[in-house]
Amino acid sequence: RKKLLPVHDSVEDDFELSTVCHRPEGLDKLQEQTKFTKKELQVLYRGFKNECPSGVVNEETFKTIYSKFFPQGDSGAYAHFLFEAFDTNKNGSVSFEDFVIGLSIILRGTINDRLNWAFNLYDLNKDGCITKEEMMDIMKSIYDMMGKYTYPCMQDEAPREHVESFFQKMDRNNDGVVTIDEFIESCQKDENIMQSMQLFDNVI
Amino acid sequence: MAAGVAAWLPFARAAAIGWMPVANCPMPIAPRDHRKRHDELIILNVSGRRFQTWRTTLDRYPDTLLGSSEKQFFYDEETKEYFFDRDPDSFRSILNFYRTGKLHYPRYECISAYDEELTFFGIIPEIIGDCCYEEYKDRKRENAERLQDDQDDNKDCKLPNMTYRETMWRAFENPHTSTMALVFYYVTGFFIAISVLTNVIETVPCGATPSQKDMPCGERYTIAFFCMDTACVLIFTVEYLMRLFAAPSRYQFMRSVMSIIDVVAIFPYYIGLVMTDNEDVSGAFVTLRVFRVFRIFKFSRHSQGLRILGYTLKSCASELGFLLFSLTMAIIIFATVMFYAEKGSSSTKFTSIPASFWYTIVTMTTLGYGDMVPKTIAGKIFGSICSLSGVLVIALPVPVIVSNFSRIYHQNQRADKRRAQKVQKARLARIRIAQTGSSCTGFLQSKRNDLLNELLELTGSEEEEQQLNKGMSLLESQHHHLLHCLEKTTAHEFVDEQLYEQNCLETTIQSYTSRSPSFSSQDGPIGTCCTRRGKMNSPLPNSSLPLQPSHQQGSLQELSALHIQCGDKLPHTTSRSSLNMKTDDVGLINCKGSQITTAIISIPTAPSDTTDGGAPSINTTASSNVIKVSAL
Repeated sequence: RKKLLPVHDSVEDDFELSTVCHRPEGLDKLQEQTKFTKKELQVLYRGFKNECPSGVVNEETFKTIYSKFFPQGDSGAYAHFLFEAFDTNKNGSVSFEDFVIGLSIILRGTINDRLNWAFNLYDLNKDGCITKEEMMDIMKSIYDMMGKYTYPCMQDEAPREHVESFFQKMDRNNDGVVTIDEFIESCQKDENIMQSMQLFDNVI
Repeated sequence: MAAGVAAWLPFARAAAIGWMPVANCPMPIAPRDHRKRHDELIILNVSGRRFQTWRTTLDRYPDTLLGSSEKQFFYDEETKEYFFDRDPDSFRSILNFYRTGKLHYPRYECISAYDEELTFFGIIPEIIGDCCYEEYKDRKRENAERLQDDQDDNKDCKLPNMTYRETMWRAFENPHTSTMALVFYYVTGFFIAISVLTNVIETVPCGATPSQKDMPCGERYTIAFFCMDTACVLIFTVEYLMRLFAAPSRYQFMRSVMSIIDVVAIFPYYIGLVMTDNEDVSGAFVTLRVFRVFRIFKFSRHSQGLRILGYTLKSCASELGFLLFSLTMAIIIFATVMFYAEKGSSSTKFTSIPASFWYTIVTMTTLGYGDMVPKTIAGKIFGSICSLSGVLVIALPVPVIVSNFSRIYHQNQRADKRRAQKVQKARLARIRIAQTGSSCTGFLQSKRNDLLNELLELTGSEEEEQQLNKGMSLLESQHHHLLHCLEKTTAHEFVDEQLYEQNCLETTIQSYTSRSPSFSSQDGPIGTCCTRRGKMNSPLPNSSLPLQPSHQQGSLQELSALHIQCGDKLPHTTSRSSLNMKTDDVGLINCKGSQITTAIISIPTAPSDTTDGGAPSINTTASSNVIKVSAL
């Protein structure tokens, strides 16, 4: 339910941007849609509302919040990809529902769900397969978060090599792209990845 | 990490799912939330007014009273609330600080009371937000000045053992401190007045006697005036010498304005004494007498107003200078014009441009003496333009100067304030940077601590381990875990700036060295990959363990171990030679080792160096900032 506050349209252009106030669906409905308990939803919403009083997050705020956790590097690019992944209806803002549905998949979903979500994150143009260029962008954004002061010194080819090794691992038929099936299959075969996916069980 | 975004930490951790599939090694274990209790409301009873908030809100700032366990001292078992016997109004802003992360200073609040409250609750005032910081600082400064003034007033009482010289100086500077000083003050004032009066009356023509023509009193009663003058000068000289004697810093005193005025006031007399009544120098002698009028400036010691006027004139000097400059321009322009306009007319007074200056000035200031008047029509036209513009040129700057006075005066005050505040703001900015950057420096610090922990675990000293663990809140440990996962994904580590510089230097050095193909024994459980915390980049802070110097070769080999041939898909291993139980970890990085191509390892020479007896040893490299831990 979006409620637009009155806009001074005619005279002052300064007040053109109205404040959009968004209220999420009821607590019960959200509980049905996600796998969080009521208390967890309450805690999540309070944190969400504190940082975004208007009820929606736009990309700038999203980037700002995310960058606070990575003071040394530049997390803007990765935050952008995350934003795209959370903003399922592509309207340029992430509401609380989008937010909590995404979180529910990551934190409470099955391994397959999580892998699907990760694939969705990587697949920038949402065409069902990950190309080397897309992966390169993602990889670069992750490496950017490390910043400049790393040990050992960050080489420029590091992301590229990482992408190569990723494709070697994932791309079964060597056609230069990784499809969702290849991705899930390869991940299921990799012990490390499966183990890491378990990490998210206890985040909240 | 800012308070508000602490609530978003779960989101940030969830977002790390994007790193998992691309990482080549498993992630470290997440810190468990042992105290998994639901968020509860806390009641804070401040002098009867009840405030309620969530526990996690207060936990955001663990180094304040409310965020730490210190509040347990105020817990009331019967009513199950925390009772504070403090001002509830001030408490409002303090609690808002926890809620919003910004501390505000309410204007109605007294500055010292507010400071006390902040100190009680363990909040440092530098955190006050930008919106209220200036106000806070202003009030604080005013308060400090007031206290200082009070102190100064009290200081005027006589200190027990002041030398005679100091007493005299105090008497001169503050006449109201003793009766003698007061008497001296009035006497000198009286004589200054007398002196000025005699100078004036000297030139008045006294009544003409039938015998002589009208002459000024000075020439009539020469002796009397001379005696007056001598007496005044004597008094002034004695005063000056006494001040010079009493001054704490004689050189400083001699350079001060007042003493220069004193000297200028009495010098002509002495020069006049020395010089004979010679015709040649009598002109100069007369000029010198003019300087006697400077005695009137001696009054500024007696009048506060004069001093303030002098100061404001001095501070407005640039504005006055500019006014003078623009006036001069206008005068020259009009004088030139008038001269050329009047050139044609006969018997004109405008004989030259400098001669026209006088006309221009008189006309522009709307004086209009009428001693010089233009006769030609052109001259009259330009003359009227001159007088009209004069009104503008003169009348406009005057209010500007007046407002300049007040503006400059206030500006100076504000500039001083700002200069003092800038120092504080720089300090504050440093504090803020330290706070925001602390998450990463805290992370690096915790890595060190964890390493020490491992070490101590092996040696089994429990207490020190607990000591290190105490400092970390759950939030911090979760955040550090997140950063650690990122390190694992990219197979690089966070370091701080100076170590980064050093490492870069080292890598360039050793890029041309050894290619020792010593391979580690790859038995033992393949645990973590990448650089485990075996590689530390800073010396352990409180290490009481013996340090062992390693060989130069060894150090180079260690570093060279980090680079692996590209394309070599060697699985990431740690070497766990079970013989020595050395946890020598080596980093296998996916970076292009265009320089070196060795696979790892450990300090080949180490076994011979390390002590036996179960004591853990730490090998430091030559650069002494990369430390490997090996435990025997």
